Amino acid sequence: MDALDRKIINLLQTGFPLTEAPFLDVAVQLGVEEKELLKRLSDLLENKTLSRFGPMYDAQKLGGAFSLVAVRVPEDKYEIVTAIVNSFPEVAHNYKRDHDLNMWYVLATDSPEKIDEVNAKIEKKSGLKVYNMPKLEEYYIGLNLPV
Amino acid sequence: MDMKVKYRLPSLPQQAVLDDTDQALITLIQTGLPLSPTPYADIAKELQLNEEDVIQRIQKLNDDNVIKRFGVVVRHHELGYKANAMTVWNIPDDAVSELGACMGQFDFVTLCYRRPRRLPDWPYNLFTMIHGKDRDDVLANIELLAKRCNLDENEHKVLFSTRRFKQRGAIYR
Repeated sequence: MDALDRKIINLLQTGFPLTEAPFLDVAVQLGVEEKELLKRLSDLLENKTLSRFGPMYDAQKLGGAFSLVAVRVPEDKYEIVTAIVNSFPEVAHNYKRDHDLNMWYVLATDSPEKIDEVNAKIEKKSGLKVYNMPKLEEYYIGLNLPV
Repeated sequence: MDMKVKYRLPSLPQQAVLDDTDQALITLIQTGLPLSPTPYADIAKELQLNEEDVIQRIQKLNDDNVIKRFGVVVRHHELGYKANAMTVWNIPDDAVSELGACMGQFDFVTLCYRRPRRLPDWPYNLFTMIHGKDRDDVLANIELLAKRCNLDENEHKVLFSTRRFKQRGAIYR
């Protein structure tokens, strides 16, 4: 990644024009050819520096639901509980963290009711108590990391 | 009499009112915009709409915050932000909104949510994801954050992840 790639990423983290020729508008702003900008973006997606170029949705507005859930898993049961939790397709990710509550998974479902359903199933299968911590309020998300 | 509402439950985001065309548009562009000189015209052609309509619908989705961000979505790890920690704070309920807003303005804070406490096991009600080049950088950022938002007195915990077991992107209709 060179200086131009960095300029492109930093600028496009802040938004993208809704105009007839948006790449041309951005290219002019960066002082490069439109073709060069498109090539760079294509390469950055190809080599996985960027995960996506486009919209990031608020899943709740689309009717979906998310929740963060913590579990206190005994070390000797960690593998088996991981297998149980990860067997549910609603589990979007699952991290081990250095705390007494050591398993943290995120549920992404198509309705809020499903969150409780999946958690109940996980409690039953694992025999462990789950701590459901849905988002109550979201503050500004600064996903703009200078690169 | 001076009546002040010190604490009220925040309203959760409501499901947006979307028609079939919005749904089709949301689905079509969820994996990304076409990398062509005229992406909106291309989308319009695909959906049998006109370009102006596509632009207006995306603008509306953006204004209604159905679209939270529009542009590049970076992979932190590939960009050298190799460490992150879920950092949780125990903040008085009547101060959490103000402090959340303060923390959320820092570039290295990528998530900032209020969540319920689960007493007595879990007293923390403000969750932040803090990024850095390495662990020390993350810890330095947390210290900076605490200082700048006057959080030294507040109880907090830093939970580095030790293993990642599963990660998939959210899938929408």
